[in-house]
Parts: sequence; structure tokens; C-alpha cells
Amino acid sequence: MNSVLQGSGNTRQIATQGAIRIEEVVKIYDPDGAAVMAVDHCSLDIPAGEICMIVGPSGCGKTTLLNAIAGFHSITSGKIFLDGKLLCGPGKPQADPGSDRIVVFQNGALFPWKTNIDNVAFGPLMQGKMGKKEIYEKARSMMADAGLSGTEQNYPGEVSSGLRRRVEIVRALMNDPKVLLFDEPYRALDSLTKSVMHEALLEIYYKNKVTIFFITHDLEEAIFLGHRMVIMTTRPCRPKKILAVDIPHPRDYSVLTSPRFRELMDETVELVHEEAKKSFAAGEKEG
Amino acid sequence: MNTTTRWRKKLLSKASLRALISIIVFLVLWELGSRSKQWLGFSLPWIGQVPAPTAVLNVWEGLLGNLGYWQSWLFSLGRVVGGFLAAMVIGIPLGLLMAVNKRFHDIVFPSFEVLRPIPPLAWVPASIIFWPTTELSIAFVIFLGAFFTVVINVVSGARSIDVRYFQSAQSMGSSQWDIFRRIVLPATMPSIVVGSAVGMGITWEVVVAAEMISGGGAAGSEGGGLGFFIWNSYIGGAYEQIVVGMISIGIAGYACSTAIRSLGGFFTPWLKKR
Repeated sequence: MNSVLQGSGNTRQIATQGAIRIEEVVKIYDPDGAAVMAVDHCSLDIPAGEICMIVGPSGCGKTTLLNAIAGFHSITSGKIFLDGKLLCGPGKPQADPGSDRIVVFQNGALFPWKTNIDNVAFGPLMQGKMGKKEIYEKARSMMADAGLSGTEQNYPGEVSSGLRRRVEIVRALMNDPKVLLFDEPYRALDSLTKSVMHEALLEIYYKNKVTIFFITHDLEEAIFLGHRMVIMTTRPCRPKKILAVDIPHPRDYSVLTSPRFRELMDETVELVHEEAKKSFAAGEKEG
Repeated sequence: MNTTTRWRKKLLSKASLRALISIIVFLVLWELGSRSKQWLGFSLPWIGQVPAPTAVLNVWEGLLGNLGYWQSWLFSLGRVVGGFLAAMVIGIPLGLLMAVNKRFHDIVFPSFEVLRPIPPLAWVPASIIFWPTTELSIAFVIFLGAFFTVVINVVSGARSIDVRYFQSAQSMGSSQWDIFRRIVLPATMPSIVVGSAVGMGITWEVVVAAEMISGGGAAGSEGGGLGFFIWNSYIGGAYEQIVVGMISIGIAGYACSTAIRSLGGFFTPWLKKR
């Protein structure tokens, strides 16, 4: 694993597509009734190929933002662009879901009735961009790259949750997305599995040029993975502080013990804790 | 492991041994109960009147060469399979349609919910009056028995599909038809299997009662179905035959459930290996 990490340079400049621009986005749920403001004039620029970590307590409204980018939910006002192209905005409150933006869900959304390789091949098959044989060849080699050889014919329910997440990321990458949207994908994993998953994700990232929009409430995860971290206020959700994580990529787990990592932790833990307290006091549940 | 050794292992397993013991103990207790007059001097209540298993077996042996007995099997089985298949063929598409189309659901579901609680047996008189032949009326009642169960399972199964599956499929470029065929259908399959298994159980309850009430259908007293076979034995005072009929239904129902289970396993291979 280390050899791959060290072997690749800084791919951040290679990615030319996948820049996200969020402009003054507002989301109000149930505007005629309870009128809950989930996102409040949120603006954020994510350059192509960046790993952008969105940090906030559960229920702060960060998933709402992700759903707006993915095209699963509408926004009330504001604009979201992908590479300068309007995804949603005035006159078009909801973006069209598309294979350029793939979500990796919190508890995973692999189709349990399909084998791992059928899951991985699903996107390209739907899009009909390649022949079936080519698709399965690509699926096999990408699974092999991610250390998933031998699990192709298993059903997702037959492999460990860590492997499942990896299959799901490979399934997402098979679509050649510009952006990967992660919705706390490692939330349910134990911390040891998590650390393995983080390294595996970085390894995959170094090989594929994608922008990563990664939602988490785990500071350690945010600092370890991200180029930048955006600490969100809790409902309504808005960037509270944006920090560059100036630890050079490629990273491996030795970063966790580095002094800079500790410093960044110290700088941010207080900010996040404040929001968590607010969220706790409001009694919000994940929405 | 090849099939023969797997079967041998299965037959010699502890569970099989326990099953065998269970049946033997049951038969011995029954035999003792039936013969209570001989060894106790007086008949135990109820069980003392029931024909002993040895006597039943004796009668059963005689029936094995009887065409009418086998015809009863065939008639009941045919009715169950026919009514059940009709319930599947009509019930599964109807349930899916109700699940995917809200307007259709809103129009059909209320009437469906009024008709659903009516027990299948309450339909028997109306069925006999309004269907031209007894055979049709029995089949109709069996159909109803399975139909409502199948539909309600399909609807609730299809409606509880995780929205993330739809979102993923949509992101990856699936058309509406793809989503139906590759998401809705397989995701509902476990509910279809459960609905079928429960529905199959109900059809056996229903076929017996329907045959008793309707008088056996076209075949008359010879081979009017297992339910009619029991009723006819009761009228004729052949008590051992009643028990033979009952056990036959037990075996037939068990065979049908097993068939559904393995068919269901075939259609939901991802559940088997958990």
C-alpha cells in the first residue's frame, strides 16, 4: 500500500474537471409550514481535484447540501455550478442527477441482490458507453486495484462492511465521475477498519482524478484526508471556518502522529465542539 | 462435497435424528392413548375415541390402490395450484402497480382494503351462486385466499425499498424502466416470496373447507378432493379414513411449502448466503 502512496505525485493539479461552486445557497424545508432553515446563504468554492472535508455535527444540514449537488433535493435559492455549468439555481431548483456526480452513502447503497461485480458494472451498463465485455474487464481490473480480487462473485452481504465500502467506491469510480460525494461513509465502521479505509481511499484518489466532497463529523478523518476542511455551523448550515490542511499529499497513517496534525486538531476541536453543543441543545436528529 | 455425501450428512445429522424421535414419540403416545381402554380399563377422553395409528396405517395401505383416494389428491392439488397461480399472476402485477403508481394506489387501495378482511370462507356461498360450475367457485375461493396476502406483501415490500437505491440508480443513468426492472423487482422479490409462502398456507386451509361445503365438485363422491374425502368419510362413518385424509393434507401442504421455499431461494439467492 505504501509503495503506491509514495509512487504517485501530487495529482491535485492534474484534475481539470470537477470544480464546484456553491453560491449563496439557501434551503428551507416546508416553507409554508414549519419553515425549517437547513442551509443559510452558504457559499463555497471547491477547485477541481480537491478533497474538501465538510465538518459539522450530525443534523447540521450538510447532507442537505450534498443532496442538492447530487440532484436528489431542490434548493430554495442560490446557485450551484459544476465546472462553470449551472446545476441548479433560479428557475431550476433541482439539479438532474448524473453520472458525473456519484454519492457514496452513509450506510452504503450497494444493491444487495447483485453480486459485487454486477454492482460495479451497473453504471456503465446503464449508460451503454461500452460493450458488456469491456465493462466487465474494466470492473475486474478496478476491483483488483482496490484489493477486491476474489470477491467479485460474492454478494455484498457476504463480505465485511469495510470491503463493501470499497466495492461501493469502485462502483462510483466506474462511472468516471468528476465529483465523488461522500456522506459519512465510514460512520458505522470501527476505528481500526476506518484507518484502513482512509488509506485505501487516498490510494484510490491518487490514481483517479476526482474532486471529493466529503461529509464527516470526525475531525481526525477530516484532517487526515482533506486538502481543506470546512467547519460548518449547525442548523442553519453555513461555513464557519475554512482551513487549509497544509500537510503534503501523499499521506499515510504516520501523519496522525505528526506535530502539525496535533496542531490542526487543537485549532479545530474547539470550533467543532461549540457547534456540537448547539446541535445537542437543539436536539436535532440527522435530517 | 458431492450431492450424495451431503444428503447422507443431512440425514445422519442431529436435527434429523431429533425429528425422527419427535415423530416416533408422537406416534407411540397416540397409539397408547387410542388403546387406553385395553391397558387402563377405560377410555381416555377424546384420544380414546381416535383411531390408533396402526389402524389408520392399515386403512391407508388399503387406500393406496384406490383410484378415488389418489384422485382426491390430484383434485385438491390441482385446485390449490390453479388458484394459487392465478393469485400470483394477477396479484404480483397489481401489487407492483399499486406500489409504483400513487394515483392507481389511491384509487384501488380503499376498495381493496374493504374486501381484504372478508375471510375466504365467507365468499363460498356467493361464489357457488355466481360462478357457473362448482369447480370454478372452489378455484375462485382459493384464489382469494392467496390473492390478498400476495398483493399486500408486494405493496408493502415495494413501498419500503430504500430511497438510496433509487438515487444511486438514477445517478448512474438508469431509465425508469431500468429502475423498475433492476431495482423495484429484485428488491420486492423477498416480499413476493414471503407473500407466496403465507398465501400457499392459506390455500390449503381454504381448499378443504370449500370442498366440504360445495360437495366435492364435478367428480362427485369419487375423488372430490381431500377435503371432500374427509367429509365423505365422516358421513360414511369411516373414522380411520378421516385421519388418513387429515394426514394427507398435512403432507400435501408441507410439500407445497417446501416447493415454495426452494423456489423462493432460487429467486433470492443473495439472502441464502448470509
